[in-house]
Amino acid sequence: MELTGAQILWQSLKDEGVDTVFGYPGGAVIDFYDALVQYDINHILVRHEQGAVHAADGYARASGKVGVCMVTSGPGATNTVTGIATAYMDSIPMVVITGQVPTSLIGNDAFQEVDIVGITRPCTKHNYLVKDITRLERIIKEAFYIARSGRPGPVLIDIPKDVTNSRTVYQAIQAVQMESYNPTYHPNTKQLAKVVNLIKEAKKPIIFTGGGVVLSKGAEALTKLAQRTNIPVTGSLMGLGSYPGTDAKLWLGMLGMHGTYRANMAISDADLILAIGVRFDDRVTGKTDEFARKATIVHVDIDPTSIHKNVTVDVPVVGDCRLTLEALNQLLDAEDPAVIGPERTEWLGQIKKWKDTNPLGYNQKDCATIKPQYVIEKLFELTKGDAIISTEVGQNQMWAAQYYHFSKPNQWLTSGGLGTMGYGFPAAIGAQMAFPDKVVVDVAGDGSIQMNIQEMATAVQNKLPVKIVILNNQYLGMVRQWQELFYKKNYSQTDMTHAPDFVKLAEAYGASGFRTEKPDEVESVLKKGLETPGPVIMEFMVSREECVYPMVPAGAPITNMLLV
Amino acid sequence: MNGDKSILSILVDNEPGVLSRITGLFSGRGYNIESLSVAETMEPGISRITMITRGDKHIVEQIKKQLNKLINVIKVLDFTEQRHVLRELALIKVHARAESRAEVLRIVDIFRCKIVDSGPDHYTLEVAADEDKLSALLNMLQPMGIKEIARTGSIALVREMH
Ligand SMILES: Cc1ncc(C[n+]2csc(CCOP(=O)(O)OP(=O)(O)O)c2C)c(N)n1
Ligand SMILES: [Mg+2]
Repeated sequence: MELTGAQILWQSLKDEGVDTVFGYPGGAVIDFYDALVQYDINHILVRHEQGAVHAADGYARASGKVGVCMVTSGPGATNTVTGIATAYMDSIPMVVITGQVPTSLIGNDAFQEVDIVGITRPCTKHNYLVKDITRLERIIKEAFYIARSGRPGPVLIDIPKDVTNSRTVYQAIQAVQMESYNPTYHPNTKQLAKVVNLIKEAKKPIIFTGGGVVLSKGAEALTKLAQRTNIPVTGSLMGLGSYPGTDAKLWLGMLGMHGTYRANMAISDADLILAIGVRFDDRVTGKTDEFARKATIVHVDIDPTSIHKNVTVDVPVVGDCRLTLEALNQLLDAEDPAVIGPERTEWLGQIKKWKDTNPLGYNQKDCATIKPQYVIEKLFELTKGDAIISTEVGQNQMWAAQYYHFSKPNQWLTSGGLGTMGYGFPAAIGAQMAFPDKVVVDVAGDGSIQMNIQEMATAVQNKLPVKIVILNNQYLGMVRQWQELFYKKNYSQTDMTHAPDFVKLAEAYGASGFRTEKPDEVESVLKKGLETPGPVIMEFMVSREECVYPMVPAGAPITNMLLV
Repeated sequence: MNGDKSILSILVDNEPGVLSRITGLFSGRGYNIESLSVAETMEPGISRITMITRGDKHIVEQIKKQLNKLINVIKVLDFTEQRHVLRELALIKVHARAESRAEVLRIVDIFRCKIVDSGPDHYTLEVAADEDKLSALLNMLQPMGIKEIARTGSIALVREMH
């Protein structure tokens, strides 16, 4: 069957099971959009290409499927770069289609020409410029395969206009194999036997779970492992939801710069760390020389480059997190449950002591203004911990991480690696597309929400009932916090007092808006907002100079925490 | 950058952009490329990149893993610890006036160079050698005056065991 390049693209997307594409048209992709009407694919027209990429990312994180977006050449393509880098840092499976000027014009500085393959080389898992239409179908197949396999990541395909509108035979390729790309899924069994022995011997073991567990759908196996071995669990920002955050006995909360006191103390005192699907980011380790010096470290990751990169480990295991955890559970089946899962009275007692001396906390009772933490706790209660939560970046993100106790994977969408302000709202739109009936809430700061607020039109147009909770401290709060603590309160360029009226702004877009500055109205505003159909902004005027605690100063050992 | 020298032989898909993926990896992560040479292999569509890099063991391990992670890289071989043959090709244009012509020819003889071009006051020498021999040669030629020099990066293959 002969098809145009545009038709081959849409047909291939259908073959891959894609039902939703986020995009924005332009001259170089007009043929794609012309052909779109022939295919049963949902296209969400965003208002800025950055929104398209973050939406595809949110769709991917919430659903576990590959997110797809399409933009035009030149400025359309460059507008995607932040979104691509965001997805790359957090290993999110995504395919980005960019239009390109006709092959005959490439290199001529043609109108709206930019070398997007060159620009995105360091922030994609792989990328392609399709110069020959006969290669198009195979490249699309490869792109999806690469994006979703191994350590997932974004793949960009740049398609010149003449490739889009010329014709070739469509072959319906079933699967691809690549000589140069073969991720290792199955762990080495010898290494696993070592891990079993370490578990048996350890007196102060701890599990450190990360994004890799979520991505590999390994949360269930991880939970089983922790509970049968009675080993306490901490997580990186990306690992939240991979273990039930409501398990008061074994869940220690997040680790690292804004981790809990007990998590940071426990990992520093542990004699065995089972690190699964993490990369020992500097926000987690603090000063690496002093990180977990007493522990034997087991590190499971599908990406060999993650292992020994930031922290030298004792037992490296290259493999898929889920498969590795399942294999480990299988080996443990042969062991005496009492030996692998003792009471650990002393160790768990010590952890409880740490928790009791320095719990996470804030004091709303004696405060006339709203505490941002209180808003998140109420949000957690009212949504029964079941909402999909995306965040912007800054204090809002950390409070959401600390006070919304995630119990399931794929429920927590946050830009961990890149820390991209403006991520949360479009990501929430993407997640809502994947799950039209779920409650999806973007926890936002007053600064971040202004970075992609234009997507309110997208949400309203598509009747997506995304809720936005703005914790309005009228500051770029996290930067202000650093200025307060480390720059002698020199609040240079972080005052955001000059902001739009967010309630009116919501209304201007055809959405609803509510605001309060009273602590005793927090609950009712949240209730009203969550019950109101369609997109809603709920704005909470919060204590302006509230800080996120605990805090480990950058570069310090993680036991060196500033507490409330 | 300090650390020992490593000789990596990288088999890659011969596709546009592959070299920039590799050099981009090095510049982006602050690794060091001391020399680099690329050419096709016997197998169509596959090229061999020979690279000399420097770094401590830990860094070289990371470099190898990062290279392997690139989709277009088929295989990364490390020749450093293996018995290998390493050669570099150099073209050296050296001043050769009447008083020094004989001396240049003598050096050519000792180092088994070839003269590939000559003029009233210059010779152009071709030599294939390892790095030590090449720098010895350049030292010897220095007094005559080297006009110009072009060197390839090193290329290497493992020695067969008998
Ligand atoms: C695109 C982008 N620009 C700048 C920053 C640096 N930055 C990190 S947090 C932050 C403040 C965010 O302010 P706001 O959204 O109001 O959140 P708050 O910390 O007040 O909750 C800034 C500017 C960033 N992370 N991303
Ligand atoms: Mg703020």
